[in-house]
Amino acid sequence: MAGLSYFPHTGEDIRLMLERIGVKSLDDLYSDVPADFIFKGEYDLPEAMSEQQVRDYFHSLASRNVPLKVFAGQGAYDHYTPSVIPYITSRSEFLTAYTPYQCEISQGTLRYIFEYQSMICRLTGMDVSNASMYDGPTAAAEAVRMCLASTRKRSKVLVSDGLLPHVLETVRSYARYSGENVEIVPDVAAAVDADTAGVIVPGIDRFGIVRDLAPAVEAAHAAGALVVEYCDPSTLAVIKSPAEWGADIAVGDGQSLGIPLAYGGPYVGFMACKSEFMRKLPGRIVGQTADAKGRRCFVLTLQAREQHIRREKATSNICSNQSLMALWVTVYLSLMGPDGLRKVNALCSEGAHYLYDSLLATGRFAPAVEGPFIKEFVLKPLVDPAKLQQALLDAGFFGALLTPEGYVSFCVTEKRTREEVDAMVKVIREAAL
Amino acid sequence: MRYYDKLIFELSKPGRKGWSLKDSFCGGAAAPAAPVPSGLCRQTPLGLPEVSEVDVVRHYTNLSQMNFGVDTGFYPLGSCTMKYNPKINEEISTLFDDIHPLQPESTVGGVKEVYEKMDSCLAAITGMKHFTFLPCAGAHGELTGLMLMKEYHISRGDTARTKVIVPDSAHGTNPASAAVCGFEIIVVKSGANGLVDVESLKPLLGPDIAGIMMTNPNTLGLFEREIREIAALVHGCGGLLYYDGANMNPLLGMVRPGDMGFDIMHLNLHKTFSTPHGGGGPGSGPVGVAEALVPLLGKPHVSGFHGNAAVILKAYAYILTLGREHISMAGKLATLNANYIKESLKDVYKLPIPTVCKHEFVFDGLLNDGAREGVAGATTLDVAKRLLDFGFHAPTIYFPLLFHQALMIEPTETESKEILDEFIEVMRKIAAEAAEDPDILHQAPHDTPIGRPDETAAARNPILQYR
Amino acid sequence: MSKIVEGLLYSESHEWVKVDGDVAIIGVSDFAQEEMGDITYVDMPEEGDEVAAGEEFGALESVKASSELYSPVSGKVVAVNSAVEDSPELINEDPYTNWIIKVKMSDSSELNSLLTAAAYGQKL
Repeated sequence: MAGLSYFPHTGEDIRLMLERIGVKSLDDLYSDVPADFIFKGEYDLPEAMSEQQVRDYFHSLASRNVPLKVFAGQGAYDHYTPSVIPYITSRSEFLTAYTPYQCEISQGTLRYIFEYQSMICRLTGMDVSNASMYDGPTAAAEAVRMCLASTRKRSKVLVSDGLLPHVLETVRSYARYSGENVEIVPDVAAAVDADTAGVIVPGIDRFGIVRDLAPAVEAAHAAGALVVEYCDPSTLAVIKSPAEWGADIAVGDGQSLGIPLAYGGPYVGFMACKSEFMRKLPGRIVGQTADAKGRRCFVLTLQAREQHIRREKATSNICSNQSLMALWVTVYLSLMGPDGLRKVNALCSEGAHYLYDSLLATGRFAPAVEGPFIKEFVLKPLVDPAKLQQALLDAGFFGALLTPEGYVSFCVTEKRTREEVDAMVKVIREAAL
Repeated sequence: MRYYDKLIFELSKPGRKGWSLKDSFCGGAAAPAAPVPSGLCRQTPLGLPEVSEVDVVRHYTNLSQMNFGVDTGFYPLGSCTMKYNPKINEEISTLFDDIHPLQPESTVGGVKEVYEKMDSCLAAITGMKHFTFLPCAGAHGELTGLMLMKEYHISRGDTARTKVIVPDSAHGTNPASAAVCGFEIIVVKSGANGLVDVESLKPLLGPDIAGIMMTNPNTLGLFEREIREIAALVHGCGGLLYYDGANMNPLLGMVRPGDMGFDIMHLNLHKTFSTPHGGGGPGSGPVGVAEALVPLLGKPHVSGFHGNAAVILKAYAYILTLGREHISMAGKLATLNANYIKESLKDVYKLPIPTVCKHEFVFDGLLNDGAREGVAGATTLDVAKRLLDFGFHAPTIYFPLLFHQALMIEPTETESKEILDEFIEVMRKIAAEAAEDPDILHQAPHDTPIGRPDETAAARNPILQYR
Repeated sequence: MSKIVEGLLYSESHEWVKVDGDVAIIGVSDFAQEEMGDITYVDMPEEGDEVAAGEEFGALESVKASSELYSPVSGKVVAVNSAVEDSPELINEDPYTNWIIKVKMSDSSELNSLLTAAAYGQKL
């Protein structure tokens, strides 16, 4: 009757159900809707497809995307995904559950979020993590709000212009509409003053350089401002953690922890802080407790911060976050452990430095920004950057992203091979640019 | 479900590994000496677990078995539209996994087509003109929509509109989103019929009103019949109408928010368009606007790249499966299912507003809660917990705030009459138990991996990470 | 029946005031703590903050609810009770001993608009 495998109703079912309700037809169930609101025309939608047609259609779409070897980063990193992860995250019990409101039948979700929070705390050195944010850029935007809420009577947040462009753009948008006073500055240490509620600085900047955050942290704390570090969690296996720098809040994007590029999402933002700012954290938080029989269990806690209780006085409007991607990250970190994560960084670093040296050797680039890097770096192109990028695309590589300064950015992850690097460098060396 | 008490950290043993990576990038000799100066290097141990691949697979499989999803059973969680999540959608959703978000358009023809086609499909379904796909969830969509509302007024040089009207029955995200967007919130009351009271609305309108946020049907599952007059009044004072699409499911293929006078709206692809909720996301909350706001649509940049692309793919697959032939059946059957449960239980549960509902409805607790001298009655919480014993997820409880014992039931269209009959029978049995011995309910759940946790202890002495 | 202590003044939003010279000691009534159930957190101002009569100065939180606290008087916060900050259950145990803040009043005539114990009892 209903004509679709997702609709279980037979004609007889519908008849019996209408009878119980006491109406004659399905349309009668809309008698409360003024008649002229009922859409009379035919919806301008495609004809229904069978499952095989849907499958074929999407495969045909996929074939219209050009497969490329990715040598680009800028906030999305092509790291290796262990096969265990999609296997676990596609388990129906995780995938098709809602937010864990009924804790007695949601211990699976609640436990992995607790593990996720614990791992984020360990990576960043912070005391408290929430259950996830939409992505790194929105986590940074929420950090602005958190700084202002945590330091009453201060009105300004300084944001380093070394942050990735998509982070700056998102922070700017949130600030424009919320009325928050956000200033994007080249040197937060120089700009911080008594009206500064917080500063946001990158652990690794948009040129890929590992920053020395000591001057910014010292200046901010001396002025009574909070320090937010935007970090790449994968690299925290090897570089100083936000806590080691003295940051109060850590944010960033968990995508680098084995989440596929997937045209930008879903990724997962993380947000963690020192315990004194716990009650200003936005979003869900899972805590440990026990049931009446003393069994360890987990619940959503500190909910009085949240929108469903506080409404307009909540710390944020966030409700659904990216829970399944938090599971993704948790499984990734479980598999990699400390040694695996360090190995990822070692391989990236080796590959990136090999590419850096090889590119300079072509004579078509000059060094641009000096400083230590791990997987991402920029060079000054001595050729037309648009032609350069196109030559790479034509040969099946995606790299040489143009920065506002006119530099080109490259990134090498452990997924790339020496052969791929050599092949790309050969293209650059030989292309007519 | 079986109680399983391990945490991944407790399985850790130094020296065990769950990873498999090549030895070196270039082959041969070791990597170049530490390129990062030691002053910038991490000193503290990472503290991540060291476990084998088998440990990981077993651990998370065990955790999953303490979870209840739509694939486990009936999930009548009000306002959450827990419909079946088709598997073909999952299958095709990984096809674009290798595309970098900054790739030039010339290399992403397939992706572009999905975004363009989704835009026109959602426009057709809602009567909006165009959509932005950046928002990652419903609340994120609300925020984006409010940003557009603000941008609209700013673009007209009208900066005095600082207030947004929100009905008292609204989802909590509505006022929270308006506050994040820097608006002051004005609450408009519902009348005894559960609908926005037009007479209470009138005095609130004026040159300081940016707009109103409404969901229709509202959180009681009731269609806001006076929406035409509300739209005229709000537009008359220069404000805009925002449609919270969380309750769009019953109108799918039947009524278009654009035709009701809404200017801006979001859709929850993880509700109406069948993408799985993932235990709390990722979702997707695309925002659509009427023609006048189209030039502003690209202004708010609310997430990193292009929104949750893989979720958008799944929703598109769902729309293609429904097609124009089946689109209207989803909403109708969802409405049929909700009214069927309502009519089958209203003699044992208190139904405050006895009219036809849309996709969901709200009971205000039990008609007979069993309270007597020395025995407390069974509450909505008790009913919810007892349902878990019978293999059903609980409805949404204590929301909306209009009633003290709210029990909000949304069955969705993907549940059969047999499932609904089972649920109805269990709900009646629970009501009978309550009348006889409310303690059975107070003690519930009995058959879950854990009993009711001590939430007060969790909040008073927060333990938020494993130590 | 919730307890009302004689000699204190009460606000309609269920705060009590004990007057000590020009200082108002402020807490919440037994009715308020009963309504909240198990209190899990008390959100408080800082010493030195200004509060105004009828305006919010903090909130009580339970697992599923949050309730704003409104100052019955205007003035400067001269003390906050760190004991209830650390152990919010003290308010459940004895809401009249366990005060929340002390305010040095800027206008003691504001006390006149508060309710006596008897009048507050009538309201409940």
